[in-house]
Amino acid sequence: MNILELRQVTLAKEGKTLLDDFSMEVWEGHVHAIIGPNGAGKSTLANTIMGLSGYRDIAGDILFQGSSIKALGVDERARLGLTLVFQEPARFEGLGVAEFILAGAKDKSGRTLDRALEMVGLEPATYKARAVDKTLSGGERKRIELASIQAMKPRLVLMDEPDSGVDIDSIPYIYEIIRELKREGSTILLITHSPEVLRQADHAFLLCGGRLVDKGPMDTMFDYFNGKCVPCRHVGVPDKAEAVCEDGANV
Amino acid sequence: MSEELSQEEKNGLIAELLASINEHKYGPDIAHIEIHGNQVLGTHLVEGLEVSSRSLDQGVEVFIRVREGAVLKNPVHFCFGIIPEDGLQKIVSHTVIERGASARFLAHCTFPNAVKVLHVMDAELEIGEGARLSYLERHVHGPEGGVTIVPKTRVTLAEAARFSTEFELVKGAAGRIELDYEAVCGKDSVVDMKTRIFGRGADEIHVREAAMLRGEGSVGVLTSHIALKDRASAVIDSEIVADAPYARGHVDCKEIVQGEARARAVPIVQVNDHRAHVTHEAAIGSVDSKQLETLLSRGLTEDAATELIIAGLLR
Ligand SMILES: Nc1ncnc2c1ncn2[C@@H]1O[C@H](COP(=O)(O)OP(=O)(O)O)[C@@H](O)[C@H]1O
Ligand SMILES: [Mg+2]
Repeated sequence: MNILELRQVTLAKEGKTLLDDFSMEVWEGHVHAIIGPNGAGKSTLANTIMGLSGYRDIAGDILFQGSSIKALGVDERARLGLTLVFQEPARFEGLGVAEFILAGAKDKSGRTLDRALEMVGLEPATYKARAVDKTLSGGERKRIELASIQAMKPRLVLMDEPDSGVDIDSIPYIYEIIRELKREGSTILLITHSPEVLRQADHAFLLCGGRLVDKGPMDTMFDYFNGKCVPCRHVGVPDKAEAVCEDGANV
Repeated sequence: MSEELSQEEKNGLIAELLASINEHKYGPDIAHIEIHGNQVLGTHLVEGLEVSSRSLDQGVEVFIRVREGAVLKNPVHFCFGIIPEDGLQKIVSHTVIERGASARFLAHCTFPNAVKVLHVMDAELEIGEGARLSYLERHVHGPEGGVTIVPKTRVTLAEAARFSTEFELVKGAAGRIELDYEAVCGKDSVVDMKTRIFGRGADEIHVREAAMLRGEGSVGVLTSHIALKDRASAVIDSEIVADAPYARGHVDCKEIVQGEARARAVPIVQVNDHRAHVTHEAAIGSVDSKQLETLLSRGLTEDAATELIIAGLLR
């Protein structure tokens, strides 16, 4: 059963095709990974699914639980149960951690808050009093972002490079949240650069030059990281068959 | 307003003033002074604190002294206000925090029914060697926006003195504000000024915060966080002049502008000694799109998300 489906999605900006006739299906309750080199269009894909400003003028269609969400705003998509964890989470001014985490939660009780913070290994008594501002470290900020997702209990969460800009100590909590969200029935789309994160997934899609170049069960997709190149047509060299490897080098 | 009031009338006004700022009765160890129009209605002092006053034609002149070494445990509450729809109130104050003393002042300025009120505050503060004062001025205005407030503060900080001030006007209509705070900082002293204002309707706001870092190792931080909507306008002048070695300064000026509101920020940072260092950050514009989209992606409507972001900025 698919929860999300992209049908021949094409997005062009400033004369450049960022997503090129992109189709994919995301299965409910599974963890999917999107892998690919820098500049492949992974973040663009997540932003397009979420409907962020600048990523809405697409050809093709996006279906969530069987209905088109193409015409819906970000908040309307979110209220259907779709959300996005930004690669670089926003820093606010003065906004309290508790307020932030509970803003999107259906159950706004203290229990939800404490549990969400505990899940990401942050002491509730300490962190409830903090603000989601620049005084948090990269790892703390990311964990609070994931705590807010945990409290929201989305049906589908897009995570853009959940391990980037994060200290070593925070990494296990990120994996734990992914497993917990899956246990609670959320579907996850992991955008990643790292084989470690890929291991958390059931399936993977390989993206290059805004196109889907390969897909399959997670354990068949490590070739990409092992340097075995996959044929790929890079954006900017449309007539030339190229290949994509871990570092994005052409062969 | 200048005729002598009976004790009963005074008590009635005190009750109205306190009700408008959501205060109840103060305990015996809390110092408080209530001033309505040009009348001091009530004064309750604690050990180490001296206050004397005299009525002026249109206001009150107040002399405040915190004695050498005195550490006031609780904040001293000042309540300035005018209950009727119109009036003029001029407060002239002279404050001395003597060497090694420490105090917190909390000034409530309340004009709950203002249609045409002018409130002028002329404050002179001397913070002695190693002394500390934190001053929070919180304004409560009625919804009509008929208030003009002109707070002017001049502060002198002796060696290793600390002064922090916060001006908060986030409830009710700001009206017209002409705020001018300036500090002259001696060796190793620290000044921290913060202004938080929410302007709406046709509010007109002018804020000037300035720190003159004259002493070696002195520190100045000037913050102004202002949100504007409707046709409100604001001009923010932040000025730090560092004259001495190892003086440090920072200006933080953030304004969120919505609707037809307009804002202008003019940061002046000047360094006259190569060992001093002053930085500034300024951001003016609509609500930050990344902050907004983060909250939208949690399901908040644009209005709810904007409200949350602005509430945070003004905290
Ligand atoms: N808003 C935008 N406007 C123009 N080009 C963009 C925009 N966003 C991304 N791109 C371009 O699209 C390509 C894919 O970027 P991105 O999706 O961020 O890649 P990835 O996340 O896979 O590293 C890059 O060449 C990038 O410069
Ligand atoms: Mg990216």
